[in-house]
Amino acid sequence: MSLRLSPLAAAYEDRAAKLTDFGGWEMPVEFDSITTEHHAVRESLGIFDVSHMSEIEVGGPDATRLMQRLTSNDVTGLSPGDSQYSMITDEEGLIIDDTVVYRLPEGNRAVATDGEDTRYLFVPNAGHDEDMLARWTDHRDEWGLDADVENRTDSYAMFALQGPDAPATLADISEGDVRDLSKFEAEYMTVSGVTALVSRTGYTGEDGYEILAPWDAAETVWSAFDCQPCGLGARDTLRIEAGFLLSGQDFDYETDPRDPYEAGVGFSVKLDTEFVGRDALERVYEEGPDQRFVGLRLIDRGVPRHGYDVTTPGGEQIGTVTSGTMSPTLSEPIGLGYVDSEYAEVGTTVRVEIRGQSKKARIEPTNLLDEHR
Amino acid sequence: MSFETPDELGYLESHEWARREDGTAQVGITDFAQDELGDVVFVELPDVGDELAAQAEFGVVESIKAVSDLYAPVGGEVVAVNEELFNTPELVNDDPYGEGWMLEIEFDDESDFDDLLAADEYVDQTE
Repeated sequence: MSLRLSPLAAAYEDRAAKLTDFGGWEMPVEFDSITTEHHAVRESLGIFDVSHMSEIEVGGPDATRLMQRLTSNDVTGLSPGDSQYSMITDEEGLIIDDTVVYRLPEGNRAVATDGEDTRYLFVPNAGHDEDMLARWTDHRDEWGLDADVENRTDSYAMFALQGPDAPATLADISEGDVRDLSKFEAEYMTVSGVTALVSRTGYTGEDGYEILAPWDAAETVWSAFDCQPCGLGARDTLRIEAGFLLSGQDFDYETDPRDPYEAGVGFSVKLDTEFVGRDALERVYEEGPDQRFVGLRLIDRGVPRHGYDVTTPGGEQIGTVTSGTMSPTLSEPIGLGYVDSEYAEVGTTVRVEIRGQSKKARIEPTNLLDEHR
Repeated sequence: MSFETPDELGYLESHEWARREDGTAQVGITDFAQDELGDVVFVELPDVGDELAAQAEFGVVESIKAVSDLYAPVGGEVVAVNEELFNTPELVNDDPYGEGWMLEIEFDDESDFDDLLAADEYVDQTE
């Protein structure tokens, strides 16, 4: 199967960016160096092309009902222009994907729609668009709801502008004051002459915005920013430091299914709403999960990586590393993973098994930036 | 993009180089390899005194995004390791044929050098 290409594919060829296959898309992993790109975002500003992310739009009279029953958070709390982090779970409460759900603002939309009031856009992970489209339309039909569901993945380019300089930089080239947007708030704005959906969201632990622009205008928006281009490599190191889950890595519906409570995202589950997986999750909530998502910091030399075992000092297996790197910000080897709940307390000393050697490590908060700052 | 591949060194397909000196070989990884790996963040090397067979695994180099095994171009006893790399692994990126060296091996059999690729042969197999 051939890889799907970003609208900026031609520009990447010119710039000799290193590319990688991610979720069926050919995307830049590195423009200059992961470390350089990482520091740019922490210290000033970087821009990422995340056009590989999926976009599904849901409208019609029963749009709210359909969204509410297929996502774990409470969409009825969203005003136009609000967004929320949410889980898509199965009957057993296991995460199929994590997503951000936008209730689209009214008015001049980035990609033309028929203009009814309550319309949602949600952003599943790369390569999940067809599966999510099918999940939404199948349930709509099964429940007899009146909603239209459209896969807009190839209509939207998506960029993440991240770093402390993001508000001032974006304010300079957009109409409408992006500094007034609160976290998770979105608005249609003109960015370098292009109407785009701008939201104050991100995946780096820094202030910043995500910009959904029409596919054909991708080049115009991208080239309007004179800042460090960043690839998926830096996106990964930045999100690991901030403790954000990566679908397919920190949970994988096929190979390592997890529920939202063990994955540390119980805040996105609203048990007082009706959704697929709710009853199973109520039981997990009452009993507490068997394992918990934690941060790790290696005390011995080495780098924790996906799939390494976590053990007690005595050698008993108590968990698994799901993500790890040498942290560019902390200059220390850090990771994320799951351990049995009794070992999940911050400060617990554990071991990470690296190539047959037990390396001393400490359980940390998932977000290692707070402590650093 | 073009990479530096000095003529006087011998190479393995797995991207290590060997520089023959008086009875010893200095060993590291190539410019091409360091660029492929990206920022090197960790190097695991054997101890001085360890015996290595030619083509045997001797350690690991890790960048932010990848873990890669290291192979000995020639067999013999490890007589020096570059301990600078434990604190400044980025030397492998900055100067792969100089300050980024990894080992010195007192080689047992000089015919091991005959099995190494010449610079042009190595470059051909990276293209």
